This record gives sequence, C-alpha cells and structure tokens, in this order.
Amino acid sequence: MTTQFPVTNEGADGTAGPAPFDPSKPLLEIRDLEISFTTGVGEVQAVRGADLTVYPGQSVAIVGESGSGKSTTAAAIIDLLPGTGKVTGGSIRFEGRDLVTASRAEKEALRGRAIGLVPQDPMSNLNPVWRIGTQVEEALKANGFKGSKAALRERVAEVLAEAGLPDATRRARQYPHEFSGGMRQRALIGIGLASRPQLLIADEPTSALDVTVQRQILDHLEDMTRDLGTALLFITHDLGLAAERAEHLLVMFKGKVVESGPAREILADPQHPYTQRLVASAPSLASRRIQTAHVHGEASAELHAHHVGEAPVAAGPATVVEAKNLTKVFQIRGPRPGSSADFTAVDDVSFTLGRGRTLAIVGESGSGKSTAANMVLGLLDPTSGSVEFDGVDVAALNPKEAFAFRRRVQPVFQNPYGSLDPMFSIFRSIEEPLKLHGVGSPKEREARVRELLDMVSLPQSAMRRFPNELSGGQRQRIAIARALALKPEVVVLDEVVSALDVLVQAQILELLDDLQTELGLSYLFITHDLAVVRQIADDVVVMQSGKVVEQASTDEVFDTPREQYTRDLLAAIPGARLEGDALAG
Amino acid sequence: MPENRYENPGGPVTPSPRPGQERYVAPVDEGGLGAVDAVKADDAPTSLWRDAWLQMRSRWLFWVSAVIIVLVVLVAAFPGLFTSLDPRVCNLAQALEPPQAGHPFGFDRQGCDIYTRTIYGARASVVVGVLATTMVVVLGTAIGAIAGYYGKWFDTILSRITDIFFAIPLVLAAIVIMSVTTNRTSFTVAFVLALFGWTQIARITRGTVLSVKNNEFVTAARSLGMGRGQILWRHVLPNSAAPIIVYATVALGQFIVAEATLSFLGIGLPPSTVSWGGDISAAQGAIRTAPEILLYPAGGLALTVLGFMMMGDVVRDALDPKARKR
Repeated sequence: MTTQFPVTNEGADGTAGPAPFDPSKPLLEIRDLEISFTTGVGEVQAVRGADLTVYPGQSVAIVGESGSGKSTTAAAIIDLLPGTGKVTGGSIRFEGRDLVTASRAEKEALRGRAIGLVPQDPMSNLNPVWRIGTQVEEALKANGFKGSKAALRERVAEVLAEAGLPDATRRARQYPHEFSGGMRQRALIGIGLASRPQLLIADEPTSALDVTVQRQILDHLEDMTRDLGTALLFITHDLGLAAERAEHLLVMFKGKVVESGPAREILADPQHPYTQRLVASAPSLASRRIQTAHVHGEASAELHAHHVGEAPVAAGPATVVEAKNLTKVFQIRGPRPGSSADFTAVDDVSFTLGRGRTLAIVGESGSGKSTAANMVLGLLDPTSGSVEFDGVDVAALNPKEAFAFRRRVQPVFQNPYGSLDPMFSIFRSIEEPLKLHGVGSPKEREARVRELLDMVSLPQSAMRRFPNELSGGQRQRIAIARALALKPEVVVLDEVVSALDVLVQAQILELLDDLQTELGLSYLFITHDLAVVRQIADDVVVMQSGKVVEQASTDEVFDTPREQYTRDLLAAIPGARLEGDALAG
Repeated sequence: MPENRYENPGGPVTPSPRPGQERYVAPVDEGGLGAVDAVKADDAPTSLWRDAWLQMRSRWLFWVSAVIIVLVVLVAAFPGLFTSLDPRVCNLAQALEPPQAGHPFGFDRQGCDIYTRTIYGARASVVVGVLATTMVVVLGTAIGAIAGYYGKWFDTILSRITDIFFAIPLVLAAIVIMSVTTNRTSFTVAFVLALFGWTQIARITRGTVLSVKNNEFVTAARSLGMGRGQILWRHVLPNSAAPIIVYATVALGQFIVAEATLSFLGIGLPPSTVSWGGDISAAQGAIRTAPEILLYPAGGLALTVLGFMMMGDVVRDALDPKARKR
C-alpha cells in the first residue's frame, strides 16, 4: 500500500511519511516510571520503575497478565490513566519532550496527532448512536484536519478503505451495530491511524475477536504501520502473539519489567523464572510440542499426559455420551417487527464421547458449540435428534430419573466471576449439590467438601471465604470442585480456561488432566482455542455455523486437517508462524 | 523448568539491540512467583454484607442518620419516656400560650402542649411508614420476581398491571379511596398507600432478577436438578436484595410524607389519633398569628424523613456493585 492520501505531517525534505527525524534516536523513552492509584486502603503502586524505549517505525510489545501494569503503562503515555491513577515518578519522553511535566494543552495536541490509540474492546469504543463516518470525521477534525466538507468526506472514505473495509463510502454511512466485531476494530484502527501518528498504541486490539478474524486484523495492522512508518506499541497477554509481531519485547509482572530484549531472544532463552514459566505454559506455543514428541516417538510422561488408548478403566460401555443428529432451532425476531424467523443454531450434529476420554468441540462464536453442550447437559431440549447416555435417551426419562441423571453429568462454565453465587460461602457452594441430592449427613458432607478442596489443590481454610475474595483461577477450581461433588461421569467444560491468564490456564488444564486420570472422568470440552485442544483433548469436533465440518482424533486434526476452515483455525493460532520457523530452523 | 523448544529459532536474526533496548533481566527475588495464585487464609471472611458494613461505618452520614432513626423509633415506641403529659388533655385557657417551664414548645390553638403532641405524633408516622413499606416490599418483590424470573406471559401480564398502577398518582388514588373509607386506622392508611405504591419496587426487582437469572451459577443450579422455585428463592432473590433494600429505605420516607399529606387533608388518620399530619393541618389556621405551632410537627416530620432518606443513600453507596472493589 502506498500513501496516496494527504499526509498531514509531511517531512521537511518532502518525503511522505511521519518520520522527519533521526531514526536512530528513540521516539519514546520511558525511564523509572512509577504509577500509583489511590484506593480505599491507601496508595497502590501499579507500575514500579518501568523502562521502555521505542524507536521510530519499530514494533514493541508489552506482555503480562491482568494486573501486571501493562495497560496502565500505555495509558500513562497518552495521559489517559483511569480514575485516581497518577504518575508519581520517572519520565516519559516523546521526541525528547517530557510528557509527565507537559501542560494539558501540549498533551492534548499530541494525542491522536502524534500518538494514536486502538482500544481493546471494539464493542464499546464506538458510539452506537453515531454513524461510523461521523466518528472518523470527529477524529480527523479534532486532530486539525483543514479542508472542505467534500474533502473531509473523501478523507473519511480513504481512512476506512485503508483500514481494509471494502465499499468504504457506503460503510461510512452505517452505524456500529451494522458492523461485525472485526469490522469495528478495523474502523478503530483506521481512526487511530487517521492522522498519521508516529506512534500507535494498540491495547489488546484483538482479544475480543475470534481467532481467524484476529489474525486478519493483526496482519493488516502490521502492514499499515510498516507502510506508514508508524511505531507500534503492542499490549497483550499472549506471549506467542507478541513474539510473532514485535521486534522488541517487555515482560511485565506485578508492575515491574522482569525481562526485556529482542523478542526472539527472549522466547528462545528466557532468563527470569516468570518468563520461563510464561514460555513453558503458553498454550499457543506448546501447541506444537506434543506433536513434535509424537513424531519423534518420545515418551510423553513429562508432557501433558495424553492417554490415547490408555484411558482409565471404568465400568460400563466404551461410549458414555452419544449425540445423534442433534438439531436446535430457535425462534428469533424476523426482519419485520412482530414477525419471527427460524434460526438453526445446531444443525444435524452427531458425536460420541468415549468413557475416560476428552472430546473437544471447537468453533468460533456463533458456531453452536455451547448450544450443543447445553443439550448434552439437558438444559435445552433438542428440536430433533437425541442425546443418549449409556444408550438411554435422556429426553425420555421421567422427572425422577431425570433428577438422578443430573448427578452423572455436571458443567463448569467460562466466567469465573459469574459461576459462583456471590452470597454463598465456598463451603455452601460446594455443599449445595450434596444437600440437594440428599447425600450423607452434615458431618459427612463437610468431610466431602474438605476432600474436594484437597482434590482441586485449595487449602481447606478456603471453605470460609466468599467468591469475591478469590482470584479467577481459584474460583474456577471451586467450580470444578462443585461439579465433582456428586461424582459425575461426564463433565462438560464450557470454555473453562478462556477467561484466565496463561499461567493459571496451564495450572487448571493440568488439574483437569490429573482429575481425569484419577477419577476416570469423561470431558466434553467446549472451546474456541485450538491451542488448548492440543493440550487436553483426545478427539476433536470442529463446528462452523451450527454444522460439524471436521471430526477426528486430535492428532489427525492437527497433522492432516482436511477442511480449509480447520486449516484457517490452525494457522490463526498466535505463534504458529513462529513455531513453523523454529521447526524449520 | 521444562526444556525450551526455541533454542534455535529460525527466521531473520535481529541485529544487535539499539541503545535502551539491550537484554535486561530483573533480579530474581523481585518476582514473588509464589503469590500468583495463593489464598489469603488468615483474614476474616468477607461477604457483600460485611464489606458494606465496613464501608458504612466509616461514614459520618451513616451515624447521623442511624442516631436520628433510633431516636425516632424510641420516641414512637415509648413516648411515655419523653413526656409525662397526655397529648389529648388540653386546656383552652392556655391556647397559644408561649413556651414556659414544663412546656418547652408552648401551646397550640386548642391549648394542648405542643411538645407532648409532637412526641406522640411520631408513632402514627413511623407505624404507617414501616407497615406500608413492609407491604410494598412483599407485594412488589413477589410481583417483580415472578415477572422477571418466569418471563413469557407472566411477565407480559404482570408488567402491564404494574404499568397501569404506575400511571395512578399515589396520593390522588389514596385520597379517592380514603375519602370513602369509614374505619380509618394506621393499618388502613398503610394498606391504601401500599396498594398504589408497590410499582417502583416491582420494576426494580424485575430488572435485577432479569440480570441475576442469566448468571452461570443459576445455570449450574439448574444442571444440579434444582427446581425453578428453589433457584428463585435460594439464589436469585438473595442476589437481588440490595437494590430492593435501598429503595425500601427511600420509600419509607415517602410513605411518611404521604400519610402526613392525607392527615393534613383530613382523610388520613382520624382526629382522635395524634399525628404530625393532623397537627400541621390544625396549625394551618393560625399560620399568620402563630407560625411556630406549625414548626414543631413539621420539623419532626422533616427530621424523620431526612433520617431515612440519608440512610437509604448510605446503604445504596455501600451496596452499589460498581462501587465495590474487585
């Protein structure tokens, strides 16, 4: 792509592009940055002595989990710290000027014009009552666009076309709700780059999007910043993604930079224990690992124990759950007010879950994977088709049998903040299933709760706590303990690790694997993340728009994907490209 | 630490780092890795209610309103503790006499001791307020919860009924009903007020229940085989309680005002019952000659309503999920 658009800050030597200065001088230099927030319990330090250097045209990534201070650091650069946050020490120099001591007017002049921002959530960062074009216009005008109305409109179309939105003139007249998540993020990237800033800050720009969309957006962002010579500061929780896209890498943990340096070097040779753990547990990076071992025929003891063919022996037939031609049709609002239309969420889906095995249902949002899971759980009745449990059709059970059936299949959900009743203590939460099904005396139930807490590696003292006192990973452990209370045979895991940081994610996957070996559980694992599938599943069902597109063992799907859609999904795993390099090298 | 699989990464090798971008590794002891996912085992357990209490007790507004409410409730329950006189024993000879020893507020037009009447008037207000609020909370919560939780035609019908009642002004409806009621007691006044005052709580409850029932812990309870009514009672309602409690404290103040309005109009409590509304009404005739008579019952009324409203404010701040930490 060439810059055939009017460039606002043309270099003195007449060359187009935003780099009229010495590329060997740092564009952004942060030294000993300290940021703290004032809370009810006093000052909390969010960033402690962070250093960061970005050169013109370079791409730099900050990696860290939630609460590591990575977004706070980025927000400080453009002086958009939330709430009570303020810079308490250090300096932020942009083109040699210190932004910490700069006046409000100076900082406002930089925002948008010299430093652009692509926010995290495309759903909430566009005003829903304004046309997309109006919002781009606003960004252009705020950053000193001078010209006629027609020129402005033309420029808006250019900005959107640049951002990769086809038919830009028409798109500019649409409202945000008419855009998909990916299109909105493209529009936001367009707005971020509209005034040709020298630095673009992208704060988790794709974490709210599906993997395939994520890849397109990142590729596009990379192309655009390269063509325009814009430096990119990339904030992410995904080490694979960062290493793949950035030249220089910073790893942050609890407000400190624990390691920084060339991206590839850090990945190849992590020095700090935290970085080492991050590299070891990132599923996106580990995804190829099992395959390598598999190819070389290595023993997989040290790897995530994958018991293909060595499933724990349990009573009963080899198949626990069999879904036969499941179809679910929802009535949704039709095109005209008052009318209704049929929406087929799940379309003729069949799969079998072997006893003691893990079946992963993979798909992007809207693929019908959760609807299928809810039918297995008996929470939704299929429109046609059936779910058979040990050869018995679940829909045909009488109420008493149906109640007893509940003990055999239990769910764990995605959101660790919504899956526990905030009013219930941990003890009550785990005891509830036992009480409801009349298991044991109060004393026996308490013993069972203690045993369950041991099983999920939480101290028994956690019993007296309430959910709001626990971290996301801990809540997920409690949810697993509650699901296991009734000794079920099948556990439906609906995106259980999607909301967790990588380290915690790895711990939970390990726990699930241990429990499966120990208790002979069968897992139905619902996820959008193929990288995780590689770590936990024996068999895979790939779903797209309600239909099964591919169904095979995990190895087959990863080694020889038959369908284009599966290949797209595999290619979209962050870090996949990099690992291809690593394997080739 | 497991072996690293990127020891020999392929692809372009980055040129040696530029100044400021050299390889840096923080000293190891700074990490504190053990704390990544540890449980605090020694703190006292907290819950929403405990957190709310801790927050409330640090605010002076809470203590001021608590003192007012406790005082008003004490006066209402045991008026004899505060005065030894009978509010109904009046001596016309003392009409409109100024304050004197034993009669700190003076006398009204009927020659009754204003201080004693103000003390005894508290009971009617508090009883009507508390009764009406209780009825409103029960009725409104039930209707709102059923509409929100069961949805479908329950919701359609109950929400339309709520809208109809919502459209009727509370005091206007109460005036119409009270003016044809012959046996007027604190209970009937409270009942009539509750009959037209439950809509706001029903709407609030419906909204909260709608959002709470979509939580995953509700789905988890369903997959345990728990019945719908049980889920509503055990999980959904306790989680919807906060906004209801907040509104109830505000509503209490409103009902006290409404009772006073009705009594002022002469269709609230009968004249034989001492009430602030009735006394304000009686003082109206002398407003030009002796405005201070009006001041005392009106002041009692204002103080009581202020106390409950401030308490509602404090409770709302403490229970607001957006203000909660984490």
